[in-house]
Amino acid sequence: MYQYTDDDQTLIEERVAQFRGQTQRFLSGELGADEFRALRLMNGLYIQTHAPMLRVAVPYGLLSSKQFRKLAEVARKYDKGYCHFTTRQNVQYNWPTVESVPDILAELATVQMHAIQTSGNCLRNTTSDHLAGVSTDEIEDPRPYCEIIRQWTTLHPEFAYLPRKFKIAVSGSERDRAAVQLHDIGVYLVKNDAGEVGFRVLAGGGLGRTPIIGQTVKPFLEKKHLLSYLEAVVRVYNLFGRRDNKYKARIKILLKETGLEKFTAMVEDEWLRIRDTMVIGEERIAAMKAQFVAPAYDAQAGNDASCEQHAAENAGFAKWLKYNTVDHKVAGYRIVFVSLKAPDSPPGDITADQLEALADLADRYSFGEIRSTHRQNLVLADIKRGDLFALWQKLDALRLATPNIGTVTDMICCPGLDFCSLANAGSIGVAKEINEVLDDLDYIHDIGDLKINMSGCMNGCAHQSVGHIGILGVDKKGEEWYQITLGGSSENEAAIGERLGPAVAKNQITQTITAILDVYLQQRLEDEPFLQTVNRVGLEPFRDRVYANH
Amino acid sequence: MQIIKDKQLVDNTWTFVDDDSEFGNSGDITVSLDRWESHKQQLAHRIGKTGIRLNPGDHTEELAGTLSGVELIELYFPVFTDGRPFSHARLLRSRLGYKGEIRAVGHFLPDQIFYLSRVGVDGFELENQDQIPLALSCMGDFSVRYQASSN
Repeated sequence: MYQYTDDDQTLIEERVAQFRGQTQRFLSGELGADEFRALRLMNGLYIQTHAPMLRVAVPYGLLSSKQFRKLAEVARKYDKGYCHFTTRQNVQYNWPTVESVPDILAELATVQMHAIQTSGNCLRNTTSDHLAGVSTDEIEDPRPYCEIIRQWTTLHPEFAYLPRKFKIAVSGSERDRAAVQLHDIGVYLVKNDAGEVGFRVLAGGGLGRTPIIGQTVKPFLEKKHLLSYLEAVVRVYNLFGRRDNKYKARIKILLKETGLEKFTAMVEDEWLRIRDTMVIGEERIAAMKAQFVAPAYDAQAGNDASCEQHAAENAGFAKWLKYNTVDHKVAGYRIVFVSLKAPDSPPGDITADQLEALADLADRYSFGEIRSTHRQNLVLADIKRGDLFALWQKLDALRLATPNIGTVTDMICCPGLDFCSLANAGSIGVAKEINEVLDDLDYIHDIGDLKINMSGCMNGCAHQSVGHIGILGVDKKGEEWYQITLGGSSENEAAIGERLGPAVAKNQITQTITAILDVYLQQRLEDEPFLQTVNRVGLEPFRDRVYANH
Repeated sequence: MQIIKDKQLVDNTWTFVDDDSEFGNSGDITVSLDRWESHKQQLAHRIGKTGIRLNPGDHTEELAGTLSGVELIELYFPVFTDGRPFSHARLLRSRLGYKGEIRAVGHFLPDQIFYLSRVGVDGFELENQDQIPLALSCMGDFSVRYQASSN
């Protein structure tokens, strides 16, 4: 993974010093709350229901075991012994004090970590495919370009006070695992007719109150022009994005109100004027690629017979192997998902003990690297087949081997009313209730690929509008109600879910979900996944069942 | 009133004249972009110098070809969270080749001065003069940078 240069290190240390000064001025009353708000958000610090929340950046979801140990140390020393992985691959601490945040940032800086631009109306952390570099369907590893983008976005002097937040995602695979179409700018690595690899650039995607799927603004962009093109898009957005209404301030609204053709022409005009001044040299790309070379894989790894044998003898291992591991591009290796969705644990949460144990496992089995996914799980990307059984046993003992990746209990969930000051309704408690009802693994596996995304408010941090089943918490006269959508997707065939009907009360939510699952099991054809069934039969059969007694 | 110019404290000699007031013949003044465009002749005959004050919603390209002899462009911040003046400064320097002073005025924070310097702003008129020492120190917040910009 990318190793900091002296300049990279200096920058994050200077950022800590700057933020320490800002925090001191706020605490002494010299800096007003509104001013500090804008400044602290650009360092990931929110003031929440119970305590401040600090969001730490995990650029494109890649972490070292050393960083994991530091996250554990911070969790123990400054928080309540755990932290939370978010839907943008970042880490959140829910219980630090404002006074301690500069010290936390100083600790994180010792392992090349920071909280720069993890919130606020600026260029946010760049996200990517959690299987980058190891998947079987990759055109090219997106991480070198993610790092180039990370550096360009970091402390960009012109774009720190945008109309609204701005998120970029990059995918290098045929299958989109990074929800690229739902970002302010989405970038796909693609091959053109001449066989050259470049980028297809989308703009104007986004979730939140008005979910919109991004549109292609540049079908093929040469690699060397990546930054000039991004700069052109963001400059047009900075100058012309709406600032009169924060709910209409994202680039998706600018694109919609301007129209794709005119917006694209504005970007193109700007880009042509700066294109030749911001060329990324071939040597820079080559140097960045060298930071992400494949580890030293064992050429003998394919000779293992123990994995199949263990799977034949141990049903628990076999289930985990089926649901929590996927094919690796190198023979003899598999990619392992570490489930952060144990039935009684809030989705995405992980304890300091688990962080440290995983760091050890990563060192022992996976070249010391761990990835975070936008579905709030972790990945050990390079596991030899012969190590899988031992790894499973250890993960199982840590309660990190629930075989539910991609299933109905692998829910995405925001912190909800329990932690977040924006939320209208609880989400973690509802996730727990759904888990309690769906406690039969065979039933869960029979249902198969089904993504439930649940957010506690319209801001949609858990991407409910693109869940196969989306659950959105709303406030009705002081009570928590839940709006259900069906048919959303954040993958290649991205789609915004359709509303099932009137919101349901909190005590009806689990029976509503089980009713939806029942209808699916009755309606599906052979192995047809949930999403396909919904697309084929429409919402009526689901509506009829859910609202039968209304 | 003192301002920061090229990292030094200097006395301000300029006054902004709003569109409802007479601009007179003498003294160094800035006027709105509207007035700059609509009163070009009259302004050219003034004895004092004339500069331009840009609001966030103004478009810098309207100034193309009209900036020779202009010594000051003010970028007005109605609120510190409006980031359009950052792009204006960048475009004035890189696209219009403007070499005179670009001065931040209105409600901006000392904490923004590092970024403003980088996009080409070289004058700072702080609402709160007590913040001048802080503003000067903020110019050195970072010694490293990832992007090419005006500065």
